[in-house]
Amino acid sequence: MIVYWECLRGIVLREWLRFVLQRSRFLSALVRPLLWLLVFAAGFRAALGIAIIAPYDTYITYETYIVPGLACMILLFNGMQGSLAMVYDREMGSMRVLLTSPLPRAFLLASKLLATALISLLQVYAFLAIAWVYGVQPPPWGLLSALPALLLVALLLCALGLLLSNGIRQLENFAGVMNFVIFPLFFLSSALYPLWKMREASEWLYWLCALNPFSHAVELVRFALYQRLNLSALLVCLGLTALFALLAVLTFNPQHAALRKAG
Amino acid sequence: MNALEVSELAFAYGPRQALDELAFSLRPGRFAALLGPNGAGKSTLIALLTRLYDLQAGDIRIFGHSLRRAPRQALRQLGVVFQQSTLDLDLSVQQNLAYHAALHGLPRREAQARIELELARQQLGERRHDKVRELNGGHRRRVEIARALLHRPRLLLLDEASAGLDPASRLALGRHVRHLCQEHQLTVLWTTHLLDEVQAGDQLLMLRQGRLVAEGRADQFGDDLGASFERLTAAAPCQP
Repeated sequence: MIVYWECLRGIVLREWLRFVLQRSRFLSALVRPLLWLLVFAAGFRAALGIAIIAPYDTYITYETYIVPGLACMILLFNGMQGSLAMVYDREMGSMRVLLTSPLPRAFLLASKLLATALISLLQVYAFLAIAWVYGVQPPPWGLLSALPALLLVALLLCALGLLLSNGIRQLENFAGVMNFVIFPLFFLSSALYPLWKMREASEWLYWLCALNPFSHAVELVRFALYQRLNLSALLVCLGLTALFALLAVLTFNPQHAALRKAG
Repeated sequence: MNALEVSELAFAYGPRQALDELAFSLRPGRFAALLGPNGAGKSTLIALLTRLYDLQAGDIRIFGHSLRRAPRQALRQLGVVFQQSTLDLDLSVQQNLAYHAALHGLPRREAQARIELELARQQLGERRHDKVRELNGGHRRRVEIARALLHRPRLLLLDEASAGLDPASRLALGRHVRHLCQEHQLTVLWTTHLLDEVQAGDQLLMLRQGRLVAEGRADQFGDDLGASFERLTAAAPCQP
């Protein structure tokens, strides 16, 4: 058992060291949601009135509404950046060090997922701290009750990132992930607008948003921040995390790239 | 028991056969040179030995452990230095080694002791806190060797480890690995496409187009070694 623990610790420590060394990565992860919060939300505050919807007990500002979505945005970008790092590691050869470990490959990949997820959480809490100072203040205990929800969402998005990285042939193809994964997931969700507003605009747009896994992730975090449980969102996130992680492990095979090149 | 036993190994990249009915064995404590021109299948063999690629046909046994049936036990016996550097350039020497030790499940204290020992052995003790990016090619290779030896493997694979080094560093690296082989009874499989990296007492394996075309002690080839290699890199199979 200690062998597994040491391995997990080593992988998490490496991710931490890389994170500490890349301060610009930390700053850019914060700048993106802060721009949305401080600039975009300030501009749209007057235009977008938010009715009383669960889990909120009263009228809220637009800034309050989008904070859970922006927290998930950090997790989304980190998950996809994790996928980019996997492709980079694969191309640069450093993935080989991980894969020649005698421990089971599924465990190694799960450890990598967990390590990336934990680093993402640090960034989310840094963002929540700034949002708190700015005036978006969920209940203090909500910050604690949101931790498992945030961890689950981070794992979900990292597993999706790992799954995608298995299909990306080259680093250059990563731009496609931005256009076809990140943007649709984020904009077609409840991160920026409540679903009822989407329904007012278009029925099919509403259904796209309602079926988007990222909407469930956002709602899980939104409810957890206010110490409430959104059971359906939890079940969807749990199920998808398990599915994506399983598919990611099953489809992970370093020889695929070589075979594809030859084929 | 053989250190390495490769039997009926075959591997294809789609329609292209990279290895074909490859079979050989290495005795413990020997330095073996796997010689072959580019594209002979050396790196494919290393990828199979290290389980980066799944076996398609045949089997590999490392100190009796089948890579197909007992991969964990087999991989524990194995240290690898890949052709392409796999060090994390942004981390220090110490951090790179600690990461490798963790991947092999070594407890922290033991890992630290082994890191100090291996770095001292590679004469890199003073550079432990340097980022790998700051090291020259020869020193990077030494760090990779130190890393490969951390978990005390009994078989060390070096895939074109001298690639990209200047002649002096190449010579020093070869001497160093041979010394390790003798001092620690380590079995070494050194792949190369350079004839001058082979020495008289080495076990020599010649690979061409995925097939073993010659095998024996290098000195058995006598003066004909150069000619054999020329034939190997040209077309016809050769015999010792």
